[in-house]
Amino acid sequence: MTAVEKRKLISKIVLGLSSLSAALGLFFLFWILYVLVSNGLEALNWNVFVFEGAPPGYEESGLKQALVGQLILVGTASLIGVPLGVLAGTYLSEYGQKSKLAETIRDISDIMMSAPSIVIGAFVYAIIVAPMGHFSGWAGVAALAIMMIPIILRTTDDMLHLVPSTLREAAFALGAPKYKVIVQVVYRGAKAGVLTGILLGIARIAGETAPLLFTSFNDNFMNTDLNEPMASLTVTMYNYATSPYEDWQRLGWAAAFILSMFILGINILGRLILLKKKGK
Amino acid sequence: MSTVLDKLFANGTRLTALLVLLIVAWIFTVLFQESMLSIQSFGFEFLTNEKWAPNLEKFGGYAAIMGSIMSTFLAMVLSVPVAIGVAIFLSEIAPQRLKSPVGISIELLAAIPSVIYGMWGLFYFVPIVRDIVGGVGISMLAAGIVLAIMILPFTAAVTRDAMNTTPDILKESAYALGGTKWDVIRDIVIPYAKAGIIGSLILALGRAVGETMAVTFVMGNVHKFSLDITQPSTSIPVTLANEFTEADGDLYFSSLFELALILMVMSFIVIAVSKFYFLRRTRRAS
Repeated sequence: MTAVEKRKLISKIVLGLSSLSAALGLFFLFWILYVLVSNGLEALNWNVFVFEGAPPGYEESGLKQALVGQLILVGTASLIGVPLGVLAGTYLSEYGQKSKLAETIRDISDIMMSAPSIVIGAFVYAIIVAPMGHFSGWAGVAALAIMMIPIILRTTDDMLHLVPSTLREAAFALGAPKYKVIVQVVYRGAKAGVLTGILLGIARIAGETAPLLFTSFNDNFMNTDLNEPMASLTVTMYNYATSPYEDWQRLGWAAAFILSMFILGINILGRLILLKKKGK
Repeated sequence: MSTVLDKLFANGTRLTALLVLLIVAWIFTVLFQESMLSIQSFGFEFLTNEKWAPNLEKFGGYAAIMGSIMSTFLAMVLSVPVAIGVAIFLSEIAPQRLKSPVGISIELLAAIPSVIYGMWGLFYFVPIVRDIVGGVGISMLAAGIVLAIMILPFTAAVTRDAMNTTPDILKESAYALGGTKWDVIRDIVIPYAKAGIIGSLILALGRAVGETMAVTFVMGNVHKFSLDITQPSTSIPVTLANEFTEADGDLYFSSLFELALILMVMSFIVIAVSKFYFLRRTRRAS
């Protein structure tokens, strides 16, 4: 065998192995997707949306409390986390720029973005749940908001950075003060990107379970009071899936399916917004 | 009027940015304070003592700490070769019409909540492990594999992104010299993207260390570390998820907080190494 043939053979072998490992990885991932969709669709029916949790064995049991709780928790956390993240990102991109303080905040925020979410839960337990003496929706909101800020901060910083500085200069030349330049020119230019970042941030915290386990805890019944423990789809899913009752496990799959569709939907929406922006 | 607003806006945004630093410092302070009791009671022995006996008020974190290291190690060993294979496939082999659908579906899979990977592991994967290696199936092995699958989309996506930074002109030059695809990957793409690939993989490792839900279902929470990975075991996140709401007694809580602190420090170091050592060069460039 000549040297050239040998090299070609080695190349073929390696490429074959790469394709095989890609196939293996995709096989597992699609297996999980298939399990999720088939179990989810089978368990999904109208009851899931109109009834609250019930003891195992009851026909009329559903996930209403978890759906409502999830919306309240994620919605409230977003109301707190999004403005804070966007403002902090604005500072980094428009005021701090490459200063030492801004770089430090960027680094710390990046690290916080990957911090173990269960530790955030423990932290919130110590500062909110323990002093109050009981689990509460607010504690869950705090944990989710803390996780959300660094994500939004990062994308806002990056997206505002992409706005050409000539636009800012043009606005300054017209005599606009800096805050007006930021609000009316920079924000407008970066709208699509920042919006996508916010959507991805919401999608990210919507799938979190660990920080809610010992903050908002869980509740099998309808509750809209953030001062009380509150159900979420993720914690409900965890509790139902680890229970020995088959009908609870089925509800767990229904919750998994609804949540995944919600998160995938937001992700796809975010991508479409960016694509549309690029298309212009 | 507008100067007042200007100052208000500038200072307001600065305050929110500083809030990030404050929260991180606050997290470390609170975790440290809460674990004080355990640190005073057990000292450094906490790290080497395996005995975790809530009824006797004796706590040692050895099993959980080693379990975290072991499960992360298993996950990385299993996931990295596959991820590199997927990345090579996506960046160098796949035809154009496959590239973007496969790439996008991998990115979307990274968005699926980890609790779902855990559920799949418990209902579909644990029985297979049980049939093949015997025992209950709930084990370190099952946890390592489920964790590997969970971080696969992330590791594959970041490795591909790192490989894609190689300029086409470099690759084309190598092809023009008669290089095969593997020659180009080995001698051009991998050397060029090395720092990015290693940094991204360490970032994935940081995620695996702190991941809770994918492993909680399948690990078993048994405070006994064993090199026999077919045995049930525990890790720091698994211990926290299982015991935090049931803990009673100050010392019990304090020991759990010490585990949380150790986990936070571990992931902080891993992520900092990845960011500052390997990824520094590429930041802001994209």
